[in-house]
Amino acid sequence: MTNIGLIISFLVIGVGLLWLFILALKGREVDRRIIFIFIGLAVSVPLLFRISFSEKATPIVRDVFYKIENLPEGSNILLSYDYGPSMAPEVEPMSNAFLRHALAKNHKVFIMCLWATGQSLIATAIDSIIKREFPEKINGVDYINIGFKAGGQGVLNVIITDFRKMYLTDVDGVNLDSVPIFKGIKSLKDMDLLISIGGGFPGVKEWILFAGAPGNIPTAGGSAAVAAPLLYPYYPKQMVGLLGGIKGAAEYESELKKVYPQFANMPTPGIAMMGPQTLAHLVVMAFIVIGNIAFFVNRRRKP
Amino acid sequence: MANSKRISAIILIIVIATFLLSWIIKAFNLEGSPNNTGLWFSIRDAFFITIAAFLTLAIFSFLYKDNPYYKFAEHLFVGISAAYWMCVGFWSTLIGNLVPNISSSLSTFFRVPYKGLHFTYFVPLILGIILLMRLSSKRGWISRWALAWIVGTTSGLNLIRYLRTDFISQVSNTFIPLLVDWKGVGPFFSHFSLSSTGQFAMTLSNWVIFIGVFCGLIYFFFSKEHKGIFGTASRVGIWVLMITFGASFGYTVMGRVSLLVGRLTYLFRDWLGLIS
Amino acid sequence: MKKQVPLTITFIVGVVLILSVFFPPVETWGEDFSLFFDIIAVFAFFLGGGNLIRVHTERIAKKKKDWGFSIITILGFLIMLAAGLFKLWNPGDISADVAATGSLFQLLYDWMFNPLGATMYSLLAFYVASASYRAFRAKNRDATILLIAAFIILLGRTPLGMYATGWIPESFSVLQIPNLAIWVMTSPNLAGQRAIMIGIALGVVAMSLRLILGVERTYLGMDID
Repeated sequence: MTNIGLIISFLVIGVGLLWLFILALKGREVDRRIIFIFIGLAVSVPLLFRISFSEKATPIVRDVFYKIENLPEGSNILLSYDYGPSMAPEVEPMSNAFLRHALAKNHKVFIMCLWATGQSLIATAIDSIIKREFPEKINGVDYINIGFKAGGQGVLNVIITDFRKMYLTDVDGVNLDSVPIFKGIKSLKDMDLLISIGGGFPGVKEWILFAGAPGNIPTAGGSAAVAAPLLYPYYPKQMVGLLGGIKGAAEYESELKKVYPQFANMPTPGIAMMGPQTLAHLVVMAFIVIGNIAFFVNRRRKP
Repeated sequence: MANSKRISAIILIIVIATFLLSWIIKAFNLEGSPNNTGLWFSIRDAFFITIAAFLTLAIFSFLYKDNPYYKFAEHLFVGISAAYWMCVGFWSTLIGNLVPNISSSLSTFFRVPYKGLHFTYFVPLILGIILLMRLSSKRGWISRWALAWIVGTTSGLNLIRYLRTDFISQVSNTFIPLLVDWKGVGPFFSHFSLSSTGQFAMTLSNWVIFIGVFCGLIYFFFSKEHKGIFGTASRVGIWVLMITFGASFGYTVMGRVSLLVGRLTYLFRDWLGLIS
Repeated sequence: MKKQVPLTITFIVGVVLILSVFFPPVETWGEDFSLFFDIIAVFAFFLGGGNLIRVHTERIAKKKKDWGFSIITILGFLIMLAAGLFKLWNPGDISADVAATGSLFQLLYDWMFNPLGATMYSLLAFYVASASYRAFRAKNRDATILLIAAFIILLGRTPLGMYATGWIPESFSVLQIPNLAIWVMTSPNLAGQRAIMIGIALGVVAMSLRLILGVERTYLGMDID
């Protein structure tokens, strides 16, 4: 399916690009809706033919993976869902992969969010991942959802010294003092790893600035591609590692599958999305090349 | 004019008919699926799946041109998102943090643990109410008091954190060895390779980082004219910044395309069932 | 009152938060002030909602352009608000998660908010492609460097980069496009972003000081001198 799909994709898009190139050389204006159709096809065709490729983790992703992997069993990992629907297709594969990995290693997972939209996403993740794939995990013992608090960096400034000042209960109204997982947890400094997944404000940067760096707590990030380049200066001293965009998610999923055979059949949306991603990138590059060639040719043509 | 109204009416009828047809077909599909949860849930879920698909297509219709369906979806989004943030903020922070510190009867009602009466918590309550006065044109000036608290908090928090993490640490992290794994000139040339993990590549990386940061900062120094050596360094800084922006553009393309892939996956898989 | 009180509030809050880093006895005050900020932030959400209602009811009342769609906005707002504030269809009691599975709030989020928000942003993919064709021109050396870097990243962040240059031997592996992409991100991109970050940090520090000391007063509005 992949090979046939690849051939059809390249044929359809290749012929179209050639036609576009000829039009551009003739100096004819191309309606932007034609461009839209191209990019739509470049994404749709590989999706329909399920074109996918194998992935290999890069060092910055491997660093996050092996940080979680090498933590002693039962370590405290905090996951912060700092994103909304605008970033979900990119970063949800990452958050699901982190959740699976942490639970497979029997770490204690503390889930929260600095974006209000994260609360609904956490509820979905708990239902679709934890309750379905890890039914033996107990809420309040192996994982806990403490939900959203408004204030962004204000929240971090409080919980870095005292969790209970900010969070009295979990999202279901259960007092944190009566929850086994929170026994002995006073603040973020009791966490062994902080993972922020997002790409806006507040996001990975705020977790590093207001929690990781001041509290000297290892911090990792899963970021939308738009924000990922801005986070590289923090690597590796202030940030353990970073999953940048859907590629980062795909690399993490591939590493997870490699190390954990039980995840061989897990859904891998990150890897699945790389097929359409690849073709779309090719099309964008072709557009830039065609546009530039046409520009220079037509410029030379004009007196 | 009458013609365009007629066309609009026909399009509306087609949209509604397609919606109803899609709903019915989806409900049958869901009822016949292995995960069948009953007729009512199939009808309800089919309705929601179809609504989501039609709202998606309504937004996509903007690519052709602005139209009433897009405007409908856009206005619906604005209303829903404003209410969403209000509700989550209300339950998580007002009920979760304010109520337990100001009222035992409210704490009992909302079933949150009462932490005792703390008069200091009336400060954010009053300031919050004051903030709402912004809606009044006559008394809106008083909302500046609450705004002042917000500005003071962010300024106070940001000053130290940005200085420590984004300035001091970043400068410190730039002091990196410019000769990596140095064992002498002989071993350097005898083991020379262009391997990505080799000594040459790592040394080159460190030089690029050091010079890049230095020249980039020189570019941003506008108090001195960019001439001579300073001008050359500034030029190098621009090139480094151009590479930075190019990398950001590449990642931006990746990010935006991922979002499109996500939506099309929903349409093809969840709505149309063309892919599993 | 209009000027002095807010300036004083800004000064006190800012100074306390700075001192809380250095003096442990003030740390509790700093936490409390942050907590108060978080509570006030929720009222800002309510302000946003209230402003939305005000603007759209005015549009309906004055029958401005597209006033019919304002009805949709207000209806959507009220339905979502009712679903969230009253926890309609919520399987739990009053203390349950507002976004509990099966609640009307979560259903509206999953099937309306989520698709609308995601699709709105996915439109950008089309505009980026259109901009690539129409606007990105290698007119000078700087633009050419930018485009070359973009190409390396676009190719390197997909499996095509490996397929295209995977044949290059290990001793020259820095020339393999994926490795080149990694190198671009961890070297020149890092350098450029760090330079920008340092500049922004200095700007933030300067602006924060100006705000705390009352030199910068634009947040108080246009009628304050």
